Amino acid sequence: MEPLTWTGNMGDTLDPILGITLAALLMTSLLAITLSFFTTAERLSVNPDGTLAAQPGLGGLATRAQTYALRAFVATLVAYIVTGMVVGWQGGGIVGGVMQAFTPVWISLTALFVASFAFKRRLGLYGKLFDSTIGMIGFGLVMFWVFTAIWAGLFDMIATHDPLTQVSGMKNKVPGTPLRGAEDGDYPFYLLGGDNLARDVFSRMVLGSTIVMQIAPLATLFAFMVGITLGLPAGYYGGLLDTVLSFMANLILAFPVILLFYLLVTPEIVQTGLPNYMAMILFLAPLVFFGVLINSRYRTQPATRNLYLGAAMAVGLVLYLSLISDQSSRIALFRLWPSALDLFDISGQVLIVFVSVVFVNSPTVFRIVRGLTLDIKTRDYVAAAQTRGETPWYIMLWEILPNARGPLIVDFCLRIGYTTILLGTLGFFGLGLPPESPDWGSTINEGRKLLSVYPHPAIAPALALLSLVLGLNLLADGLREESLRD
Amino acid sequence: MALFILRRLGVMVLTALCLTFIVFALTNLEPNLEKLAKNQANSRMTDEQVISWLDARGYNDPMLVKYGRWLGVVPHFTREEGGEVVFSRCANPGTSLEDAGSYCGILQGSWGWSTVFQNDVLEILAVRGNATAWLMLFVMMVMVPGALVLGVLAGMREGSKLDRSLSTISIGTTATPEYVSGVLFIAVFASATFGPNWFKGTATSAIDDITFANFTLPVLTIALYGMGYIARMTRASMTEVMTAQYIRTARLKGVSFPQIVLKHALRNALIAPFTVIMLQFPWLLNGVVIVETLFNYKGFGWTLVQAAGNNDIDLLLGVSIISVVVVLVTQLISDIGYVFLNPRIRIA
Repeated sequence: MEPLTWTGNMGDTLDPILGITLAALLMTSLLAITLSFFTTAERLSVNPDGTLAAQPGLGGLATRAQTYALRAFVATLVAYIVTGMVVGWQGGGIVGGVMQAFTPVWISLTALFVASFAFKRRLGLYGKLFDSTIGMIGFGLVMFWVFTAIWAGLFDMIATHDPLTQVSGMKNKVPGTPLRGAEDGDYPFYLLGGDNLARDVFSRMVLGSTIVMQIAPLATLFAFMVGITLGLPAGYYGGLLDTVLSFMANLILAFPVILLFYLLVTPEIVQTGLPNYMAMILFLAPLVFFGVLINSRYRTQPATRNLYLGAAMAVGLVLYLSLISDQSSRIALFRLWPSALDLFDISGQVLIVFVSVVFVNSPTVFRIVRGLTLDIKTRDYVAAAQTRGETPWYIMLWEILPNARGPLIVDFCLRIGYTTILLGTLGFFGLGLPPESPDWGSTINEGRKLLSVYPHPAIAPALALLSLVLGLNLLADGLREESLRD
Repeated sequence: MALFILRRLGVMVLTALCLTFIVFALTNLEPNLEKLAKNQANSRMTDEQVISWLDARGYNDPMLVKYGRWLGVVPHFTREEGGEVVFSRCANPGTSLEDAGSYCGILQGSWGWSTVFQNDVLEILAVRGNATAWLMLFVMMVMVPGALVLGVLAGMREGSKLDRSLSTISIGTTATPEYVSGVLFIAVFASATFGPNWFKGTATSAIDDITFANFTLPVLTIALYGMGYIARMTRASMTEVMTAQYIRTARLKGVSFPQIVLKHALRNALIAPFTVIMLQFPWLLNGVVIVETLFNYKGFGWTLVQAAGNNDIDLLLGVSIISVVVVLVTQLISDIGYVFLNPRIRIA
């Protein structure tokens, strides 16, 4: 079979259009920026009949041209996606094949965006996100990878090949190479080429997203739990507690992250059981957080409190104990929990990656929460709650925390991106996850060795990571702008 | 002010002690020492042989004693056989046992012996640190002016077209970690696949001779990641200044816009970025490690990776002291500088 070209027949019409729209977009953007220096802003004039008219002037015209150019560009991209979905690699080359492989993602994305647009005004801050172009682009990028992770990880759909299978003769092959010895039912091409162990780069990139999506949001969530559980009392009580906790936070922050990773994420450290001990302490934070949260809320109704607290603690404890217990551990303490009740086992390597990422992130969250608490605790509603005789924890968790949610949500998005970068860094240095793991950091690390000869195995995961982190940053920016607006 | 600096110095020393102790403890954990013994002596040693090898070199003493020795407040480990000293930790290969003092810690200026490079740690760090200092210098020369220009241009008219485009660019650079931009740079500018082969994909030769071809990509890679963040901080500070009353007064007096930006706004707007630039050093350190590994530039970061990968305890401790001190000193400078630059803040 012939190797695939990048856009196949579809490109004959679409490629020139893409070129034209891109050039138009760049030119109009440049024009609009330049003109904004010399022309005045939009001017309102009153007509004789009392109506208002806006005079956009030359600058306004350029802005309008830019908007049209952007729409044309986006429409061309959509045309690529739709055509690719229909014709696949047969008519659309590599791009067509990739677009067709991502079909479930495109359908889910469309459904999500249509639904969100329809109920925009009823969805609070989430709905307002769809008022900002930047926020929408960011959200789209993030959800693209979320859906990819879901469809590829849970339903085994998008990936065209097994990420670990090596096919002889496919080593370092360029994108679009036909699979050697393909049988019926095999996908006949390596869409984005083969890596230096003759595995499919496209499938590895797709399945890499599942690993990132499993670890990054969850690790960030845990870091937030730890940061909130420690940051609230530090800011609220102040004094010695604050001094000690702040000193410890600064201690971790002064540590060069890579050095810490190199010290913590090694097989030798896993042997000593240190990650299990750290997990034991760090994962206690969510348990304490939810316990105190429920207790402080229903303190005055013991019956309800006991019911909710009991249920939450039972579920939480089982999860906690199955998380930290490890039947293969050398330390007896972690083998105490009966294996029948051990719901899931996380391998020491993944656990240490998870724990160290939480460990590195939580001091920053702590500092943010502490600062917000210091600010909010001087407000009148906190004084009112104190006068009512509410307990300190009620005030912290039910008065201060909800009012600090804006900056925290924004920081959460940014921090998932940062965690993704950290995971990539770990993979880049070959720490933690097994070397054959398809996560993006490890794949970049594999690919960089032959970078100047065969760049494609490293470029695909690099661009994937870049787009996810960029999406998270844009999403955070959109959220910040929209939450500041009211 | 003096008291403030003194207190900060005290906290700094305490932090440095804590951090080095953590590094010391982690590198001296039992499995790490076992690996060291097998690396140094014989990879097929039995458990008993490992223990006796470690015993003979004082590795099995209590952690605090070992840490004290390393600091130089406890006499170093010596082994005597028949009243004669046969082993002293203070004697590096090449120095005789008689010459070795009984204290040889950081305080005495003896940073130990690197097992990977077979050389004195301080000597290695001096050479490698010098290489990285050049890298940092060029990074700063690109990053700081670039970030300030980006930030000031974006911040002088908040919400304008220029602001939006530049802000999006700075978000883009903060979202591109070094290992992504480095890989993309090499692939585009230094590989055979794409057209331009302008630069070199490795910076190994830059140790001896820095040229435009071999140093551009590493410098750009590090500078780009930090640039966006500083630019955003500068923009925030600039927009705040531009809404200040004295700027409005200047406008009402009829001062031209370039004059307002350059003469009135800029000086106050650059206070905040100064502290941000100083606090960027820990992140630059990360970038340096990644970029030096990617471009094979044998500097400080590369040394860190070598030391950590081979559990070279003395070298790793030396590296961590340097990096921790760099971080803490820049924090101190940023605090003091902020007070000096901003006359509204006075610390008693």
